[in-house]
Amino acid sequence: MIQYLIRRLIGAVGVIFGVATITFIMVFLMPGDAARMYAGPRAPEETVQRIRELWGLDQPLPVQYVRYLARAAQGDLGRSTRDNRPVLQAVLERLPATLQLAVAGLFVELAIGIPLGIVAALKRNSWVDNLATVFGLIGISIPPFALGLVALYVFGFLIPIFPLGGYGTPLHLVLPALILGFGGAAFYARVLRNNLLEVMGEDYIRTARAKGLSPSVVLRRHTLRNALLPTVTLAGLDLALLLGGVVVIEAVFGWPGIGLQAFNAIRNQDTPIIMGTVLFASTAVVFINLAVDFLYVTLDPRVRVS
Amino acid sequence: MSRSTPASASVEVPVVQLETKANNRTFFSRIRRMPRAWVGLAFVLLVLLSALFAPMLTQLDPLAQFRDGLSDVGTPLPPNAQYILGTDHLGRDLWTRLLYGGQVSLAISIIANVTAAILGTLIGLLAGYYSGLIDSLLMRFTEVLLAFPAILLALGLGSVLRPSIPVVILILAVITWPTLARVVRSQVLSVRERQFIESARCCGGSDWYIIFQHILPHTITVTVVWMTLSIASSVLIEASLSYLGVGVPPPTPSWGNMISDGQTRYRLAPWMILIPTLAILLTTLGFNLLGDAVRDALDPRTSHRS
Repeated sequence: MIQYLIRRLIGAVGVIFGVATITFIMVFLMPGDAARMYAGPRAPEETVQRIRELWGLDQPLPVQYVRYLARAAQGDLGRSTRDNRPVLQAVLERLPATLQLAVAGLFVELAIGIPLGIVAALKRNSWVDNLATVFGLIGISIPPFALGLVALYVFGFLIPIFPLGGYGTPLHLVLPALILGFGGAAFYARVLRNNLLEVMGEDYIRTARAKGLSPSVVLRRHTLRNALLPTVTLAGLDLALLLGGVVVIEAVFGWPGIGLQAFNAIRNQDTPIIMGTVLFASTAVVFINLAVDFLYVTLDPRVRVS
Repeated sequence: MSRSTPASASVEVPVVQLETKANNRTFFSRIRRMPRAWVGLAFVLLVLLSALFAPMLTQLDPLAQFRDGLSDVGTPLPPNAQYILGTDHLGRDLWTRLLYGGQVSLAISIIANVTAAILGTLIGLLAGYYSGLIDSLLMRFTEVLLAFPAILLALGLGSVLRPSIPVVILILAVITWPTLARVVRSQVLSVRERQFIESARCCGGSDWYIIFQHILPHTITVTVVWMTLSIASSVLIEASLSYLGVGVPPPTPSWGNMISDGQTRYRLAPWMILIPTLAILLTTLGFNLLGDAVRDALDPRTSHRS
């Protein structure tokens, strides 16, 4: 058990190391001279040279690589080429907004997905089940940003219930969270439905029913507990997916999180911000997955034994 | 401890049994009785054929800006007799752009997925056949790539490389192949232990001969199912990238940048968003329905479901 956790931890550190290496390679791929871009086209050559020395761009590549890793490990992700702010600070400032949205999105997923999955499994092949299937297919087939724009048009403009994007009140959160959670909710409902159907065929469910337990007790104590277990892993994976999806949703709704910041950085050609966000988010994803793994081991005794 | 890390396939494909003539027969008789297979096939064919025969379905140039394509005050025209789906903010015909945009979006997704299929199959075959060092190196690499939230990785790549159609294809291929490599690898692991592999080895078959003559055929079905489902998600990601400004550069039409054009004008010209969104929905729904049906028809466990 402890051995397993330690192995997973080492693996996670290795993955983060790999992620940092790929981020470095991507920065290195960038066409053009970063120092010249920062200094501006009319800056004298000495200034550009000074910036190059300051940033270590005059050093051989392996040296730059090791420096990059060492700095990243200390939380130094470079500085924005636009306003010279430390990238980590810029990301951390925007993080709370992104977390609000991601958590709200996850809540929507669970609040819609779990009941829908249960009903679909219990009333198998009924209209609810079919509706859940159709809902699921549309959920994974529609581009979230387009759905967001349509939602803005309908519920922000035609029927002005919600503000047309922005940040501040709980009302601002509703539409982006719904759109963010929509696809995931559909996915959850489907996975949970199939898990439930599988568990409902198990011997111990028949035993529980045969010994006279009421259907609701069987559902709560026996079926749901086992069927919900795999969705814990899924919730972790989803948080990772949400972090990616958040970029697009934030751009649509003008939600001031790390995604919108990265989106704006593209227009400003502010590569350190983009790469910093990529590295930060990927590291977060690795740690979320690790946490979910640990949680899973504590929740499911079977994994501990094997 | 053989539990795989949670960062595994987002597209679930079952490990498929060997395809014999008898199995083929049940496969076709099963899939023929699935309405969603027919609906999916119809959608896919509709979209593919209309993209393929675009020059016959419209006489106009997708890039032409028509003088009478804008209203007197310079706003886009809603659908009318002359421009059946209306015009965009530059007075271009939306029906024409939709058809040619479909060519671009579909070609990008298909080429990217074929590339990813070749790469993913090759790496999955190698990792699965040679366990040990090669396997762990390759699988660690896929793990690193899977740790990046897809859209963010694409955003990073798109920001360092100048946006162009080949770059979009490259980005899509990079973010899709790791999932397939994992799926193929698990398929290889089960095939590798079968007797006919052993007998091929006894007869003196070389590793390459065994991999390509005996193992590869057993991974083809999995790859095809995976590709059908993956093309759907590639269409979505291409649209997201073009929307975020790191995809297909204008003025070339693609469904994503058509929606992007409509974003700031959705109050004035909602059709600029709705029409490409519906096209995307039709495409992804088609591929998802088809892929889903093929997967279920191949999976003996779901045979009772119609």
